Formats: sequence, C-alpha cells, structure tokens
Amino acid sequence: MPGVEGFMYPNEVSLYWSVLIVLYPFITGLVAGAFILASLERVFRVEAVKPTYRLALLTALAFLIVAPLPLQLHLGHPERSFEMYLTPHRSSAMAMFGFVYLWYLMAVLVVEIWLDYRADIVRLSQSTTGWKRLLYRIMTLGSDNISQGALRIDERVGWLVTLIGIPSAFLLHGYVGFIFGSIKANPWWSSPLMPVVFIFSAMVSGIAAVMLLYMAATRLRRQPIDMRCVDTIAMYMFYIFIVDFSLEMLDLIHRIYEADESFRSLDFMVHTRLRFSQIVLQLIVGTLTPILLLALTQVTKLSAIVRKRIYVISASLALIGIFAMRWNVVIGGQLFSKSFLGYTTYKMALATREGLLVSIALTILPLLILAVLVKLLPPWTEQTHASIPAAAAAQAH
Amino acid sequence: MRIPKDARHLFRLAGLFAVGTLSFLVIRSFIVPRSFGQYGHYRGASIAEIAAHPVHFAGHQTCETCHADVAQTKSSGKHAQVNCEACHGPQAKHADDPSIDPGKPDTAVLCVRCHAASAARPKGFPQVDADAHSNGLPCQTCHQPHNPAIAAGGSK
Amino acid sequence: MNITRRRLLVLLPAAAVAWESILAGTPEASPNYAMTEHWWSMLIDIPKCIGCGNCVRACQAENDVPDGFFRTWVERYHVDDWNLANPHVISPDGGKEGFSSTQDDSGKYFFVPKLCNHCADSPCTQVCPVGATFITPDGVVLVDQKYCLGCAYCVQACPYGCRYIHPTKKVADKCTLCYHRITKGLTTACCEACPTGARQLADLKNPNDPIHAFLKTHSVQVLKPQMATGAKVFYNALDGSVR
Repeated sequence: MPGVEGFMYPNEVSLYWSVLIVLYPFITGLVAGAFILASLERVFRVEAVKPTYRLALLTALAFLIVAPLPLQLHLGHPERSFEMYLTPHRSSAMAMFGFVYLWYLMAVLVVEIWLDYRADIVRLSQSTTGWKRLLYRIMTLGSDNISQGALRIDERVGWLVTLIGIPSAFLLHGYVGFIFGSIKANPWWSSPLMPVVFIFSAMVSGIAAVMLLYMAATRLRRQPIDMRCVDTIAMYMFYIFIVDFSLEMLDLIHRIYEADESFRSLDFMVHTRLRFSQIVLQLIVGTLTPILLLALTQVTKLSAIVRKRIYVISASLALIGIFAMRWNVVIGGQLFSKSFLGYTTYKMALATREGLLVSIALTILPLLILAVLVKLLPPWTEQTHASIPAAAAAQAH
Repeated sequence: MRIPKDARHLFRLAGLFAVGTLSFLVIRSFIVPRSFGQYGHYRGASIAEIAAHPVHFAGHQTCETCHADVAQTKSSGKHAQVNCEACHGPQAKHADDPSIDPGKPDTAVLCVRCHAASAARPKGFPQVDADAHSNGLPCQTCHQPHNPAIAAGGSK
Repeated sequence: MNITRRRLLVLLPAAAVAWESILAGTPEASPNYAMTEHWWSMLIDIPKCIGCGNCVRACQAENDVPDGFFRTWVERYHVDDWNLANPHVISPDGGKEGFSSTQDDSGKYFFVPKLCNHCADSPCTQVCPVGATFITPDGVVLVDQKYCLGCAYCVQACPYGCRYIHPTKKVADKCTLCYHRITKGLTTACCEACPTGARQLADLKNPNDPIHAFLKTHSVQVLKPQMATGAKVFYNALDGSVR
C-alpha cells in the first residue's frame, strides 16, 4: 500500500483529521494567549503592557471569530453542526466546544470589549455619519450615558469580566488539549499533561502574536515603539516559554523512562516521519532558539534596536514552533498504527476543502478581520482623543 | 426594583442575552428529534431505521425450505456445517423470486480459497497443492462439492 | 467557503424537509423482537479460522461496504518462536481475497478475524458530541447516519481501528453486527458465510446459547483488555502477540 510501512489496521491507512484540525488548536491558542496578555494589564496591573491591551482584545476577538471555521470545513456534514447545541453529549469533550466557545465569545470577549470601548462608541456614534453612525448607534444599545458614574461602573464590571475571563481562557484552550489528552486509545495523545501543555504553549503563541502585531502596527502608524512595553511582554513570554518547555520535557522524559508498550513505535516515528517537524522545527527552531535569544535579552544589556530585532525573530520562531507542535500532536497522532506495528503517511491536498490553500486563507482571514476591527474600534488611545470633535469632547465632560 | 441610572446600559445588555438564550431554548424545543432520549442519548427511531436495512444473505434455513434434497446430501458429508451461501454467495433475491438465476460458483476459484495448502492454515484442515493434486482438472471431476468425499461418489 | 448565498437559498428548504424526516423517524421494523431480551456478542474460534476471506466478502455484499474500508477484516499473524513483541502481520485488502500460500515452516502462523467489539463501555460512543453513535439496549454499537456530523472523533477514539468515515456518505461507518438480520432471527452475514464455524454470533442473555457451554471449557480473551472497553467479541486461543 502506498505510504504504508509495516502493518496498519486497514481502516487506519487514511488520516481522518487533516491540517485544518492542526489550525484549529493553533488559532484557539492565539485567542487564549492574547486574552491572557490583555488580562495582565487589567487584573494583574502590569501597567507597562497597557499599549497592547486593546489590541490584544481585538486580536483575540478576530481569531475567535475564525476559530470554528476549520472545524466546520472539516466536518462531513457541516450543516448538522447545530446539533451540538440541540443535543450536546455530556460525556464528549467536543460537545462542550459549542458552549465554551459561545460563553467565551459572548460573555467574556464581546462584553469586555464593549465595556472598554463604550465611551468611544458613544462619541463615534455622534461624530460619524451614514452607515458608520448607524453601526455605532446599534453598538451603543441606545444608551449614550458615559457619565463619570457610568464609566466607573463599566470599569468595575470590566475588571470582573476579565477576572472571569482568565479561567475561561484556560477552559477554552485546556479543553482543546483535553480533546486529545483524553483519548486512551491513542498513546501519543493520552496524557493528563496535554491540557496544561496546550494552555502554556497557547499563552506563548498569543503573546508572541500580539507583540508582533503591536510592533508592526506601530511601525505602520509611524509611531515610536514603546520599549518598556515590549521589554515587559518579552519578559513574560520568556518565563511562560520556560514553563511550557519544562512541561513538554517532563512529558518527554516520562515517556522515555516509562517506555510502555507504545514507546518503541512512537520513538521510531519521532526519528523518522516526524524528524523535521518535531525535532528540527518544534524543538530546535521553534523552542530552544527563541528561548536562548530571549534569555540573552534578559541577562545582557543590549541596545533597543538589537532587542527589537531579537523580539521579532524569537516571536516569529515561537509561532512557527507552536504551529509545529500542533501539527505533531494532530498529524503525528494518526501516523502510527494503534497496533504499534506500522506507519502511514499524510499527504496534504492543495485545493480541496481540507487543503493547503484553505488553511492559508484561514490563517490570513483573522488578520483581515482584525484590520476591520481596528478601523472600527481604534485601539490607539492618543489618536481617538485627537479625532474627537470638540463638541463631542465637551459633551463627554 | 429601581435600576440605578448609570447601570441601565448593562441591564440592556443583560436583557439582550436573556432574549437570546430564551429564543434559543424555544427554538430548541421545536427542533430536537422527537424520539431523542427514548432509550438513551440518541435518536431512538434510528434503531428501527437500521433494523429495516435490506437483507442480502437469505440464510441456510431459507435455502433448505426448497432445496431439501441438497440439504440431505450435505448433511452426511464433510461440508455439513458449511452454509449454502458460504459458496453460493448472497441469495436473498433468488429466495424472494426463484426465477432469478442464483448463478453457479466457479470451483476453480472457490475450492482453493479454503483448501490450497499453506503453512498458515490450521494443521488438521484438509489442504492440497492444487496443481500437483489434480493436474489441472476441475475439482468437481472427483469431488461433489455438497459431499466432497470421493467414496460418496464424486463424478456423476 | 463553497456554499454561496444562492445555493444556501436552495439548500435551506431541502434541509428543512430532510430534517423533518429526522424529527419524525420511522416506525418499529421488527415488531416481534424485544430488545431487552438480548445482549449480543460474538465468539471467534481462532484455531478454526482458515483465512479464506469469506466473512470479509460477505460483509461487503451484505452491507455495501466501500472499497478500501472494512467493517470486518482478517489479519494473518506470523510469530517467530518466542518473539511475541514483534509479530509479522499482514492483511492484504483486509484479507478479502484470502492470503497467498506460504510454505515457510518457521515459527507459527494463525489468522485473526477482526470486527467491532460492540464494547459495553465503548470509548467511541463516549466521545460522540451529539449522540449519533450509541449502544442499543440489546448491546450493539450503532451509528445514526442521519444525525452524524462526520467529525471523526469516534474514529480516533476506537482502540481497534474498527471505524472509518464513509467516503461518499461522509459519516462514521462501522459493523452493525448485522442488526437488520439479528433482529429478524438470522445470524450475521459473516457468520452465515464462515465455512468452518470460526465465527459464532452469541446472545449472552439467552441461557440456551451454546456460547455458555463453550466458555465453561475454553480459555477466551478479548482484544486489548487493558483498554477496559467491555469488549464483547471473545477470542478462543488468542495468542499474546495479537494486538
């Protein structure tokens, strides 16, 4: 049989979860990570990262809107997906997706963004014209009360929403890990560490993505990059990365030392079929290199320009590494036979519903959504204030 | 209860959520399949739907109602426990309408599937090297498939 | 993505009609059959299996199984002396056309027919997000193909590789233990076609079923007992190398 080495159970020869299922935890991870970064400022009062607070929220929203698309496209019957809301099976981790997703989207992200932007929305609904005015008016929910008292309440409620949002973000991504970690039939997945590793790698990827977006956006706006902000973000990324790496190593060492019935088979797979994506991309390029680079910025005094370059490189590498990690989990988990006697091959299609082109489109789509969101709800405070007409500003006071 | 003026927008948002949740619950009550939960967390009616699939193998009991003579021949021989459709293939259509030709199995393919000598088969099972055994003659020259022992009068 | 708005307008009424048939369901097909009186399983007698592939062909004919996928299949094991950990296993086209002869006298050879184990504590039904796969009151794991999303989570969860996504129906597919036959008093297609009696359908709730006498005098095992799936396909004389 083409692509098969050794013995596979006959139904295992073709893979059932494609690159889209790789993309799904990657995108959800970016959401959870971006939200955790936003909460650093809001809940943990890390003032230095304030310039990225709103951008992080909008990034989380843009990626969250796209997150269910790869799942939908992969389903054999996407038109039946609403059954997950009709008759959710309580014992299925996947069934909870619908609810955790809705909860996170509606009760956490949208509410937090709405509360934080309400003053801007009310001002914009008064200063704009045409369809934009209509849109902002709908977004005010018919209330233009932005008095000191109202904003104080918003601030307090917003803080509470963020507080609820942190465990929700952990839940959103932890359960993605649980989807894999709870499959006892598959030793490559089955691990109680899986949800934890997913959460920490999600934080790294989300923080890296927001840092890159912030640096790119600031450059596009011809504004100076706030070095105190990116230095702080990089520091958090470094420490979380260390935790993530330690957890992954713990999992690895545990597997090697226990060497259970599946070990020989999985070890062989890592050294052959997954050599490039696991050892080269995930471990060396995507984890060790960025950790060492970030460590350099922590222990030595480097000029701002060098630090900026290191941050861009290590954040990009981290994103590659974490995408590779998702790939190795999802695809790797289907390359070996559950008989532990053979291996199959994954050939990514190009232009099919589950192919490469669709995955690329799905990666770009959240960036486009983010661009629209940034236009509608500018996260840059200094500009928003500058653009407010005097009359509206006066009314606000 | 009077809602403080400065928190009214929050109650509007909460109201919106309440309306959304309520309409979801109402719609849901109309479109959940009626037999869902009849026996467990699934559509009870699907059991009957699967049970209604068409049958292709009629079963030897059905064959024997018409072919009692063959059943008689078979019952005393080595193939007594081999069901009709093991060799003749699915015959439900023929059983429903005897005018439909059941076809005749090709002994050249059929016999060796079970009886070609292989170290992988159970040792006590009768197996032969087909080419050496019959010099290319069809199996039924000597063996009557319904009662294969040669003493039972193979060639007719 | 590939659903345009115009197609959606055409699809929606069609979907509503399709949903109506799912809502209502169809009436009971076998009125004389009482689900609560049965608990189905199967007995596989490995020393009797000759690797002819009759069961695989019968299953495909009875259940319209798509090419390249299998509701039942036969594996040929070759274990060299004491080396249980490294058996050489083949299953060309699921053993559908049997196995080529071998005169190799080293070690031992034997055949292992596989099918869904109709587990009592099945990991596949556990993970289904919508309740489209389930175990019936008479102990058969089935897929409601009108309700299945085709997410393939159950395929991943089965330790035995018994499930697949049907290439054209795009839903999970698997052995039904010929539910449409056993509820009519017939045996499964694979058991009907097995020439040596290596496969026996068994009703564990029927005290007169021959399986009870067999179990009294034989050492039987299920596949991957460490998975604790409550598998109900019992193998007589199962070698330790089988996985």
